[in-house]
Amino acid sequence: MSDQTKTAQSEHADHFSHHVRRYLYVFVALIIGTIFTVWASYIRFPSREINIAVALLIASCKAFLVAGYFMHLISEKKMVYGILGFTVFFFTGLMALTLWSFGDFPPHTVTH
Amino acid sequence: MQATHAIPHTGIHEEHHADAGFWRTYVFSTDHKIIGIQYGVTALCFLFFGFLLMLMMRWQIAHPATPVPLVGPLLEKVLGTVASQGKISPDLYNSFGAMHGTIMVFLAIVPLAFAAFGNYVVPLMIGAPDMAFPRVNMASYQSYVIGGIIMVVSFFIPGGAAQAGWTSYSPLATSIATNGQTFWLIGMVFLITSSLLGAVNFIATIIQLRAPGMTWMRMPFFVWAQFVTAFLLLLAFPPLEAASIMQLMDKVAHTSFFLPTGLAVGTLGNISGGGSPLLWQHLFWFLGHPEVYVLILPAMGIVAEIIANNTRKPIWGYKSLVYSALTLGFLSFIVWAHHMYLTGMGIRVATFFQTTTMIISIPSVIILTCLFLSLWGGSIRFNTPMLFVMAFLPMFGIGGLTGLPLGFNFSDLHLHDTYYVIAHFHYIVAPGTIFALFAGVYYWFPKMTGRMMNEFWGHVHFWISLICMNLIFQPMFAQGMAGMIRRMSDGGANYTAAHNEATGAVIGGLSESLIKLHVFILWAAVCLGLAQIPFIINFFWSIKHGKPAGSDNPWNATTLEWQTPTPPPHGNFDKAPIVYRGPYEYSVPGHATDFTPQNEPEKA
Amino acid sequence: MEIPYTTEIRKDTGLYNAKVGIWLFLASEVMLFGALFSSYILLRVGAPEGYWPHGWLNIPLGTANTLVLITSSITTVMAWASLKMGNFGKFKMFHAITLCCALMFLAIKSYEYHDKFTHYRIMLANGHIADGHFAEESKDFDLAKKTGSFSIHGHEIDLANKTGDELQKELNKLYDLRSPEGRAVEHTELKYEAKDIASMNNYGPWQNTYTAIYFTLTGLHALHVIGGALVIFYLWAFGGRMWKEDPERFTNRIEISGLFWHFVDLVWIFLFPVLYLL
Repeated sequence: MSDQTKTAQSEHADHFSHHVRRYLYVFVALIIGTIFTVWASYIRFPSREINIAVALLIASCKAFLVAGYFMHLISEKKMVYGILGFTVFFFTGLMALTLWSFGDFPPHTVTH
Repeated sequence: MQATHAIPHTGIHEEHHADAGFWRTYVFSTDHKIIGIQYGVTALCFLFFGFLLMLMMRWQIAHPATPVPLVGPLLEKVLGTVASQGKISPDLYNSFGAMHGTIMVFLAIVPLAFAAFGNYVVPLMIGAPDMAFPRVNMASYQSYVIGGIIMVVSFFIPGGAAQAGWTSYSPLATSIATNGQTFWLIGMVFLITSSLLGAVNFIATIIQLRAPGMTWMRMPFFVWAQFVTAFLLLLAFPPLEAASIMQLMDKVAHTSFFLPTGLAVGTLGNISGGGSPLLWQHLFWFLGHPEVYVLILPAMGIVAEIIANNTRKPIWGYKSLVYSALTLGFLSFIVWAHHMYLTGMGIRVATFFQTTTMIISIPSVIILTCLFLSLWGGSIRFNTPMLFVMAFLPMFGIGGLTGLPLGFNFSDLHLHDTYYVIAHFHYIVAPGTIFALFAGVYYWFPKMTGRMMNEFWGHVHFWISLICMNLIFQPMFAQGMAGMIRRMSDGGANYTAAHNEATGAVIGGLSESLIKLHVFILWAAVCLGLAQIPFIINFFWSIKHGKPAGSDNPWNATTLEWQTPTPPPHGNFDKAPIVYRGPYEYSVPGHATDFTPQNEPEKA
Repeated sequence: MEIPYTTEIRKDTGLYNAKVGIWLFLASEVMLFGALFSSYILLRVGAPEGYWPHGWLNIPLGTANTLVLITSSITTVMAWASLKMGNFGKFKMFHAITLCCALMFLAIKSYEYHDKFTHYRIMLANGHIADGHFAEESKDFDLAKKTGSFSIHGHEIDLANKTGDELQKELNKLYDLRSPEGRAVEHTELKYEAKDIASMNNYGPWQNTYTAIYFTLTGLHALHVIGGALVIFYLWAFGGRMWKEDPERFTNRIEISGLFWHFVDLVWIFLFPVLYLL
């Protein structure tokens, strides 16, 4: 391998102890997040929807940590962000439009 | 495993691969060109098989409950009671219908348009030595073959093949007493896997392996079309895979994902209920709509290449074409429920999908317009590929325009599930996509074999196919608008009976003349089949006996695949070509020749 | 000509080929699991009031599995980091733990599945519903012939002639095991003669749409765990040679397989609360 070709190796070799510490912080945060999720699920909020929102919020934070730090997305290249951006858009479209169509009826429709 | 070499060594490479033997070179190959040809040959076989299914169906429609000529006895021998006395029973008709659609879409057109032409041409066009992941490429082909075998085998199991249409709507799909649906679902999983692997390969190749100087806006439009197609496959197929798994669970594990409460059909009394048939439809069409753009985009790409080459001028509106293709791909993900207007959706949702459907027609029209305008002022060479491609333009125009009444939900109320729909989509795929694929075969044949296909028989193939295609599908618009619905195994004979006693006029039924059109269509279909014989003979004969191409670039084309030896060696290029200009530098003023290849250095 | 950018980074994208490939593949996986999650939402929203299960899954076991996967996630990234720092021995150690975590996850999952398959719901001839785990069945037990007996460790409920709140409370004893009524249920040994049983089913995928989506989602996820573990095992067991010949390419392979593994963990991060806690 010539000196000119930039490789993945040369980018990271020196910064690693700093990265390892970050991984450990994320690990601890994930454990705490898990305990927190389970504890929050036992709280009887006024409506079930709040339970759902809280659980999904915590799950999203944990997912952000795993994706951002373990999968290095936080420092990834534009191309990858682009691919994932479209994916998120289409996934949201699938979920939202399908749910909407189930909830939108012509007037006087008998549902059950 | 060898360490990567810094120095290219094609000579040594050739020797190494000559030793690889027949199996490694032609069957278990990782070379994109071989894989492309494998896909092409396999897909053409499936195209032929799907065509035969159609002929038998058209016979049954034109002459209900009459033994099929020639193959009747064979059908009875092989398939048993469903084809007793050589007649096609309604159940057999339904399985032919479901499998004709499935085979044509998933086993013939997509593998031919995307995988065959894409695999062979794209790496060459961008100046790459191969696809980014050659072994994944091989795996993708093998998965396709396995899926295809499973689909074909399903005809021969007790109960026969899947019978609920290529759309496999629940609860019908899982309540018919056959394992054909299970085979269909498992086959689909293999086919989807094949497409996903292929899509990953194409996108990674186009992003990473473009030769130096091959910027995004210097790529031939064919490569852009394949790029967008790959994204559609990548992101739209997985929901269908999820749905297939769920329908498989419904069939095999007796779950009720798509089976509503209170259903009492056959053996379904024991299900838990609570599921939703509409859920299947949403997940199916989430793929189903992008799928139709998968069917057309590679064809548009081929058309662009051949038009530029045979008008000796650049494509009109390259940037518009590229942005339209990107927009088309993007929008195709949010229009799907226009296939579901009659499922009881509310006004708001229906309007949303109607709006996006109308918007998506814009990039479609822009692409067609750019291609039409590209002909203006051209120095047109009327060779066989050009004939097919020029016919594509109005044929796709008809197909596309007839889609508009289907896109509006109020007119779709009248036309949904009628023969009008069949005519609409067949116009796009048959004299549309398939014509572009024929053009691609005639066009790239000299690069693969070093010989030209025979021009005279090419013209014969073209003219008869064009006329017959129109004779087959044009009447179907009339039949559909008169109310003839799809998937009737007797061709609508049962709906001719309502007569006014006094006047003898047909009341609200199908008229005699409409039914008689079935016979006319059958003959046109038979002629269409006969017209393919010169093509098949031409194809095989020309491999060894066709007129030698005379050069590596017999069409005097500018794109990179024509700047290689014929056929291109393993690794394609000795070292990476350097690209100096765009893909359509034809008839540039002041140049000695009327074309300048992309990799030709600037003259000092 | 060799395929470029297999390890070398392409300047304008900043990526090597396999990295583009794996992110594309993961994008398709997002759509796959996304479709299943969308189906979950639809089935749940469409279920009649009071009939969607809550608390049917063992939370301590689910939590344990979550912690197991999180651990495997950090060992995966540490395995890759060790290779980046040139330490093959540490890589072996970390991925050995990853593989142990994978096995533990699958073991716990198998136990949970077994638990569901031995859990029965019996519709009795008198209209009551009995629900509980399999205790024993007599040798001549045959539901079709109405011979023998079947006993479970569980409870019985009666929905007949109940409406409104009363009906909901009775339903909760079956469906909402985290409600006060659900938690107050006492399990006893219950024995039924075959002639008293109208029909019975265990809690497999066929029981209702909740079990259907539970088994499908976790089953597909488990298949991904197995697939990912197999790839990591292959690289762990046979990677020594490639590490010696082309350490950078090997490190990249560990990175790519690691990205897949993290995705599997990501899916579970959503599966756990959705199926176990909500």
